[in-house]
Amino acid sequence: MSDKRLTLKKRLHILKHHYRDTKWAPAFNALHTFLYTPNETTHSGSHIRSADDLKRTMNTVIMALIPVLLFGIFNTGFQHYAAINGFPSDFSVMRDFLTWDNFWLGFITVLPLVIVSYGVGLGIEFLFAVIKKHEVEEGYLVTGMLVPLIVPIDIPLWMLAVAVAFGVVIGKEVFGGTGMNILNPALTIRAFLFFAYPTWMSGDLVWVHGAVENAGTPDAFSGETVLGYLAQNNVSEFGHTVSDMFFGFIPGSVGETSTFLIVLGGLFLIFSKIASWRIMVSAVIGALAMGLIFNGVVNAGWITDSSPFYGLMSFPFWEHLIVGGIAFGIVYMATDPVTGTQTNRGKWIYGFFIGFMSIMIRVFNPAYPEGVFLAILLMNVFAPTIDHYVVRGNVRRRMKRLKHATIIASTDNEMEKLKAETI
Amino acid sequence: MSKDIRIKKGFNINLVGAAERTTSKAALSNVYAINLNDFHGITPKMLVKEGAEIKAGEAVFYNKDREEMLFVSPVSGTLEEIVRGARRRILSLIIKADKTQAHVEHKIVNPESASAQDLKAILLKSGCWPFIKQRPYDIIANPADTPKAIFISGYVTAPLAAELDYVLKGKEKFLQAAISAFGKLTPGKVHVSIGKKSKSPLADLKGIELHKISGPHPAGLVGTQINKLDPINKGEVIWTITPQDMVIIGELLLTGKFNADRTVALVGSSVKAPKYYTTKIGAEVSTFLYASGVNNKNIRVINGDVLTGTKTKPDGHLGFYNNTVSVIPEGDDYELFGWNKPVFNKISATRALTFSWLTPKKKYDLTTNTNGEHRNFVVTGMYEKVFPMDIYPLQLLKACMVKDLDNMEQLGLYEVAPEDFALTEFICISKQPHQQIIRDGLDLLYKEIG
Repeated sequence: MSDKRLTLKKRLHILKHHYRDTKWAPAFNALHTFLYTPNETTHSGSHIRSADDLKRTMNTVIMALIPVLLFGIFNTGFQHYAAINGFPSDFSVMRDFLTWDNFWLGFITVLPLVIVSYGVGLGIEFLFAVIKKHEVEEGYLVTGMLVPLIVPIDIPLWMLAVAVAFGVVIGKEVFGGTGMNILNPALTIRAFLFFAYPTWMSGDLVWVHGAVENAGTPDAFSGETVLGYLAQNNVSEFGHTVSDMFFGFIPGSVGETSTFLIVLGGLFLIFSKIASWRIMVSAVIGALAMGLIFNGVVNAGWITDSSPFYGLMSFPFWEHLIVGGIAFGIVYMATDPVTGTQTNRGKWIYGFFIGFMSIMIRVFNPAYPEGVFLAILLMNVFAPTIDHYVVRGNVRRRMKRLKHATIIASTDNEMEKLKAETI
Repeated sequence: MSKDIRIKKGFNINLVGAAERTTSKAALSNVYAINLNDFHGITPKMLVKEGAEIKAGEAVFYNKDREEMLFVSPVSGTLEEIVRGARRRILSLIIKADKTQAHVEHKIVNPESASAQDLKAILLKSGCWPFIKQRPYDIIANPADTPKAIFISGYVTAPLAAELDYVLKGKEKFLQAAISAFGKLTPGKVHVSIGKKSKSPLADLKGIELHKISGPHPAGLVGTQINKLDPINKGEVIWTITPQDMVIIGELLLTGKFNADRTVALVGSSVKAPKYYTTKIGAEVSTFLYASGVNNKNIRVINGDVLTGTKTKPDGHLGFYNNTVSVIPEGDDYELFGWNKPVFNKISATRALTFSWLTPKKKYDLTTNTNGEHRNFVVTGMYEKVFPMDIYPLQLLKACMVKDLDNMEQLGLYEVAPEDFALTEFICISKQPHQQIIRDGLDLLYKEIG
């Protein structure tokens, strides 16, 4: 490169100074720092800093979500064709699942969800950054990827846009942005959709692409989820094997079906030290505990198959973990550091109750057989309380120590003497 | 009872440019400076005027709040300038050194037989008192207090910091004198810590509680050791002092002279030949910096180690408490896609496409770049991994930020100093200024309660 031509780096540096102290500075800086880590240096304290920043942290979570997203794209196409043509006999992943048809159909249905989620969400983030004169924060990078993965595939895009706007503004920005919010923004968005547009969020028509359009026509087909079958005690029609459920060849929200890839993503997040393994492990323990209690109730004969809860209660306790959104919720949503508990002991309690409550809500919620998003939102609210009591434990220890300590009183007389001697 | 401590939580930062174990004599500095920023919270009252002739060890100003606490000149010469900043606040005193040095002679004190009163008086009068710092608040000790114990850490874990085992060699006589004096100042114990495998000159001193410490940084910080051995409760005071300052105190007691000589480690990746220099407190850094040579022009010169030091310039002056001068490259440059590409040449406490965990022994050449922008606190659970005290670091930082005095007290602010938060600041993903937050919190607590 010749000396006369400016490099991109220098051009941007000049532009940065051009925009400095204008209202567009946050918007420009967001784009600039996306390309280049800034030339900021330390001033005092630690003169050196570690390599990680919030962008890298968020990027790591997104990397852990990419396999789930890709699987969701294929599964969208696969479920659509399977509902029309029937589940292929002697199913082969290469021949029946990873096909161009499946990918293309999934791609053109999932991509708009991703675009709307990021477009609306980041648009609002930029707007708030410009108005409130702070930098654009990275939190929405993960939220924007989570949102398309936790909604039914055929959700109308305008509904998604409204929900994202609600979730970003009410769920996050009013509290002061990333790091200050009480509720997980992605789950706030999902909760808004669930309570504002329940017909698009539950039932047997929304989980497979095309089911809503074709309802009432001769081509009509159902896209019931595993949990939907179980909630109706409709066990006879339920034809999914454990391996289908584990690997994810079942209907459901876009990203929630493949427990296998979610577990891989979770292991990656634990290995990279980004997400808390304590929350994940304790949530699994909590879910298994609740599942065992329900199985025990059934085994004891307190519930018979006439009960509306029989289908879900008799479902083997460990299989609860591989259907529905619980695995996705535990790995990607419960571990959100901002809305979860912050102390290590608190994380054990928080995670356990998320797992425990998820299965409880799943079984007892008559309208909608899934509970993980409500369980996490509930525990988000209780997280500060849990932390408070954990931290109080530390304070009490300090108080107790103080009680046993003997304080040596300093005397003012001594001081006067010293003054007299030295001056 | 001496107690051995093994610290598990922590993080060693391996950097290029450790000092070679050879010592040269630095060129004589023409100009010396006393930097007032070294003495946190002290309001100076001048005792001499600009242009005055002063001897080495002669008092130049005193602490406005405690008139008996004097601060002395490291050399004999002329007080050339009183540098003032906004609202005429004194920033530093510039002293032009004489060719021949004349010292103020104090009476020689036998620390074994002198009373605590006498010892305090001589330390205050000779300008040695400011070497003694106190917890809580991490400020110069209040001579009216009686500390419950005195802590001295001879174990060095901070990155590239001067090796005390090396610089203290041959100073046993002075160290012992200082220890004997400290024994008089506290009814409690004088705790001295050394590395588990080290042959420290501190090991054979009499009148101490010797502790052998092992583990990663911050095991060497005195705050960590206090927390493990004898934590501070509300109302209690502990004094701390660094071993190289003990040498000056010991020499004063035995010879009657304030000798500002100090062995300084010149370290860092920007130094061509990192090694030790003997010089004086307040000497110009350039008198030894260019003797070793620097690798590039765009450098950061730090008074102290890279985690806790203060920024200075090549023509700046050695700080009152420092025995390390670190020189590292400035990082004021952009990096294309620095936030998502795999990183091999920087240290990280995570494994988020950062690969320093693969090479724990490798030495890194880090710059002053922050590697990202300032954000709200987001990630949790990371600080606890490098913070060995029985304190919740994140909660304490937040209490300080919102000026919640009750919580600051209850969560353990009395036990910490800013340096204890250097490592959490280093690994902080949100790039928050932890040490400044703690410093401000301590100042507020001191103002309101202390």
